Amino acid sequence: MERVKNHKIMFESNQDFCTVPTVDVQYGLDDYGKGVARWCPGCGGHSILATVQRVCKDLQYPPEKTVAVSGIGCSSRFPHYMGTYGFHGLHGRALPVASGIKFRRPDLNIFVVTGDGDCCSIGAGHWVHALRYNMKMVVLLFDNGIYGLTKKQTSPTSPLGTHSNTHPTGSVLPPINPLQTTLGFTNVSFLAQTTDWNAGHLYATIKKAAEHPGLAFVRIVQRCPVFMKELYGDVASDPDNLLLLQHEEGIQLKPKKVRAFAHVLEHDPADMSKAREYADISDKIPIGLFYQNKSCPRYDEYGAHNLGMSIADKKQGIETLLDNYTISKS
Amino acid sequence: MRKSIFSRKSEKGKTIKEAIVEIVSDSGEGAQKCGQSLGAISAKMGNGVWTVEIIPAEIQPPARSREGASGIRVRIGSDKTTNMGNHANLVVALNEQVLYGRISQNAYNEDTVILIDNKWGERGTKKIKKQYQEALSEFRQLGLQVIEIPMEKECLKLVPNPRKGKNMWVLGMLSFIYSRSLEEAEKQIQAIFRKKSQEVIDINIELFHAGYQWASEHMELHFQIPPMEVASDLVVMNGNEALSLGIMAAGIELCSMYPITPATSVSHHLAEHFHKVGGIVHQAEDEIAAIGFAVGASFAGRTPVTVTSGPGLALKTEFLGLAVMAELPLVIIDVQRGGPSTGLPTKVEQSDLMAAIYGEAGDAPKIVLAAATIQDCFHFVTLARKLAETFRTPVILLSDANLATGVQSFARPRVDESWFASALDQSTWEEGKPPFDWDPETGLSKRPIPGQKKGMYTVTGLAHGPSGRVAYEPEINQKGAESRSRKFATFQQSLKLPAINGAEEGDLLILAWGSTLGAIEEAVNEARRQGLRVSNLHLKVLFPMASGLKAVFKRFKKVMTIEINYSDKLGAPMITADNRRYAQLANLLRAQTLHEIDCFSNVYGQPLSPGVILEKIKQEVALVGEGEKS
Repeated sequence: MERVKNHKIMFESNQDFCTVPTVDVQYGLDDYGKGVARWCPGCGGHSILATVQRVCKDLQYPPEKTVAVSGIGCSSRFPHYMGTYGFHGLHGRALPVASGIKFRRPDLNIFVVTGDGDCCSIGAGHWVHALRYNMKMVVLLFDNGIYGLTKKQTSPTSPLGTHSNTHPTGSVLPPINPLQTTLGFTNVSFLAQTTDWNAGHLYATIKKAAEHPGLAFVRIVQRCPVFMKELYGDVASDPDNLLLLQHEEGIQLKPKKVRAFAHVLEHDPADMSKAREYADISDKIPIGLFYQNKSCPRYDEYGAHNLGMSIADKKQGIETLLDNYTISKS
Repeated sequence: MRKSIFSRKSEKGKTIKEAIVEIVSDSGEGAQKCGQSLGAISAKMGNGVWTVEIIPAEIQPPARSREGASGIRVRIGSDKTTNMGNHANLVVALNEQVLYGRISQNAYNEDTVILIDNKWGERGTKKIKKQYQEALSEFRQLGLQVIEIPMEKECLKLVPNPRKGKNMWVLGMLSFIYSRSLEEAEKQIQAIFRKKSQEVIDINIELFHAGYQWASEHMELHFQIPPMEVASDLVVMNGNEALSLGIMAAGIELCSMYPITPATSVSHHLAEHFHKVGGIVHQAEDEIAAIGFAVGASFAGRTPVTVTSGPGLALKTEFLGLAVMAELPLVIIDVQRGGPSTGLPTKVEQSDLMAAIYGEAGDAPKIVLAAATIQDCFHFVTLARKLAETFRTPVILLSDANLATGVQSFARPRVDESWFASALDQSTWEEGKPPFDWDPETGLSKRPIPGQKKGMYTVTGLAHGPSGRVAYEPEINQKGAESRSRKFATFQQSLKLPAINGAEEGDLLILAWGSTLGAIEEAVNEARRQGLRVSNLHLKVLFPMASGLKAVFKRFKKVMTIEINYSDKLGAPMITADNRRYAQLANLLRAQTLHEIDCFSNVYGQPLSPGVILEKIKQEVALVGEGEKS
C-alpha cells in the first residue's frame, strides 16, 4: 500500500534532517522473505526467521535499508532467507563486517546472526570488541550448543560431558556461559536471553533489541532436533523449565502470557550485579532483559563524523595539505 | 697521502655534486630526526634528496650495542636522487660501537670521514674508554678518516642532558659543513617541535646555532651542493606520507587498519589529517577484523583502504578470498618488510609478491600493483581505487620499508576532481537485473549497494551464479570462476608494456619491480656510459602482466631479475639447475613466458646499492661475452 505523507529523510551525513513529501510504502511480511529456508524440520531457526521478519514489518524497516549479516554455520544461512540486503561471510567474522557496514552507513538497519561456534569460538575476539564498539545493531546468538553444519562437534557452549564426534566419550571442559561472558565486556549496553520456542517472548525481545540505541546482544536458546535433541528437546515442552525476568523496563509481555510462567523474578535491567547473579542460574533457563544501559558511548556516532563532505571541500583539504610539502619553483 | 674528497676551508666551500651523510647513534638520541631535517632542509633548498632509515627492531635496545645502531642515511645531490647511493662520504657517530654494524654492511670506504663524539674517550668508565680507543685505532687501520669532535662537551654548555638535543647541535654542524640555509633550518626545527613548548623550540634552535658556530670556527670541511634545475613546483615527503596523501586524494574515506611495522605511520599521518578530507581511521582489534571491517564498508558502497605488512597480509587472506568471490572493491596496501614470520620488521624486502598474487585458498585472481617511487605511492592509490571499482575486485598495492621512510621530491600533484570517488549510488536498481550480471565478453558486472531499491541480494562466499544465490549446479561454479578470471584478461588487454631504460636490444636486460628502480637505473645508466650493452625494464602492474614481454626478452642475450627476496645461488651446496628456487618475479616471468630468466637477489635487509648492481652487471655482461667466444 502506498500513500503520500510527510516523511523524515535521514541524509548521509546523519546530521541534516529535512521534511519532504515522499511516497510512503507500507511493507508487508512478504517484503522480508526470500526463498524457502533450508534448515531441518524442527530447527529453531525457522521461528527466529519468522520473528525477525515480523519485527522488520512492524518497525516498517525499508528492505533496501536493512542488512542481515552472518558468519558461517547453520544459523548463518539466515541472510539468504531475508528479502533485505544480506552478507553471508566468513566463519566467525560477521561482527567486523557488520561493524564496517554500520560505521559509515548510519542509515542502515543491521541484524547480525551468529552461532555458538561462530561467536563464542572462532569469532570470540570480535565478540569482545564489537560489544565494546556498541554500534547500533541487533546481534542474535543462535545457541544450540553444538556444531550442526559440520555434523556434530563439541561447541564452546556444549554442556560438560556432551558426546560428539570430536569427543565420543564426552566433552571434557565446562561450557562458556555466553551471558556471563558478555556481561564481562566493557561498554556492553544490552543483553537479553530468550528461546526459539516461546514465540511471544522471542518477538518482544527482538523488538526491544531493535529499538535499543546501541548494540543489542540477544542469546537465543535454540533447539537442534538432529544433533542435540537431548539439550533442549524435553525442556521446550515444559514451561516449568523457564524463569521469566520481569520489570517495567524489561521485555513486555501481555499479562495473560506472563501468567503462563510458573517462575517469575523481578529484575531491574539497570542492575548489573543482579544481572551477573541471574546469568549464573542453571537449574532453569532465565529469559528476559538482563541488562540495558542506553547511555553507553557508541562508536557508530564517532564513525558518522565528517560524512558527506563535498568534493570541492575535499579538494581544498588535500591541496592545503600538499602545500605543507611543497617547494615552490623559485 | 690518501686522497680526500674534502678540501681545505674556503670562503664559500668547495662545490660538490652530491654528498652521502649518515648519522648513527643509540636508539633514542634523535639521529633520524636530525637526518630527516637535513633532508628536508636540503629538499627545500632545491636539492635532490633520498633518505634511508637505519632502525633497530627494538624501541630502546641496550646503549652502545652494535646491533642497537639507530640512524639514517641522507643523500643530497644536485640532480634527481632516486636511491641511497654507495659508500657514505661523511658519518656522524654519537658512539663508536654503533659504527661496527654499518662497517660490516659495507656502508663505508677509505674515503669516508667519521666525525665521532669524543665523550666516550674522555668521560666514560675505564672499560668504555678502552673500547673507544681500540675502536678508533681499528677504524683507522681500516682506512677510515676519524675526526674526534667534542659534541657532548659543547652541548653541556647549553643543556644539562645532551642526550636530548645533541641531534640539533649535530644538525647545526652539518648545516655549516654543507652550507645549508639557516632560515630553512630554523623553520624546520620549529616544524618538528611544533607540538612542544616554545621553550623546547628555543633551546633546540640555540643548540643548532651552537653546532653551526662551532663548526665554522673549528672545521675545515665546508661545501656547496648546488640545487637541481626544476621545471615546476615539487613536493617532498616519504613513501608512507605519500600513501596517506594518496589515500586522501583518491577520495577514500575509511582506512581500517591494525598497527604493524613498517606500515603504521601511514595511519598516523591519516589520523592527524584525514578529517580534513572527510575521512576517518578505524583501528581494528586485529588484522582480520581490519579487512573484515573494510569489506563491510565496501559492501555498503564506499571503497575503503586497509594498510598492512606481510604478516598482516597473511592474516587477511581469507577475507581477500571472500572479496574476490563476492567481487567487492577494496584497496589493500602492503608495505613489505623482511619475512617469513616476524622476520625483519624494520627492514626492506620484496618477498610478498607471490603471496599477493597467489596467497588465498582456491583460485582468487585480483590486481597487484607495485609502487617503484614515492611519486607512485601517491598516485597509485587513486589508480588502485579506480581499478577496484571498475573491475569489482580487491587491488593489492605493494610498497616496502625502503619507500616507507625514504624521502624524495616529485612534481607537485595538482589534484583533479575526477580522482575522487563519486557519490554513493542510491538510485533504484533495474528491476530483475541480477547482482552478478556478468558480461559474457568482459566478465564485468555492476553491483547493487544497500539503500538501492530493488537491488536486494545476499553476498556469499559460497559458489553462486548471477543471482547471487547459492549454486548447487556444477556449471554455475565453472561460469563464476570464468567470469571472475575474464575481467582481468579484459584489464590486461588495456595494459601497455613499460618503456625500456636503455637500448631496445643488447647483451643484458634487467627486470625488476618496486623500490629498486632508482638504484637499478643509476647502475644501468653508469654501465651504459662505460659502454656496456645493458638495459632495464621495470614492472609496476604485476598481475595481470602486459603482453609483449617475451618479444622484448628475445632481443637480449641474457635476461635476469634483480630483487630483494630470497633465491638459491647456483653452485651453493645441494643447489642444481633442477632444484634452484628463483627470486619471485623471475619465477613468475619464467612461468609466464617460458623464457630462460636468471635472477640476482638477496635478503640482507638492505636496499640494493647502485654499486653492487653495477658490479653484477659487469660480471654478467662479461659472462655473456665469454659465452660467445667459447
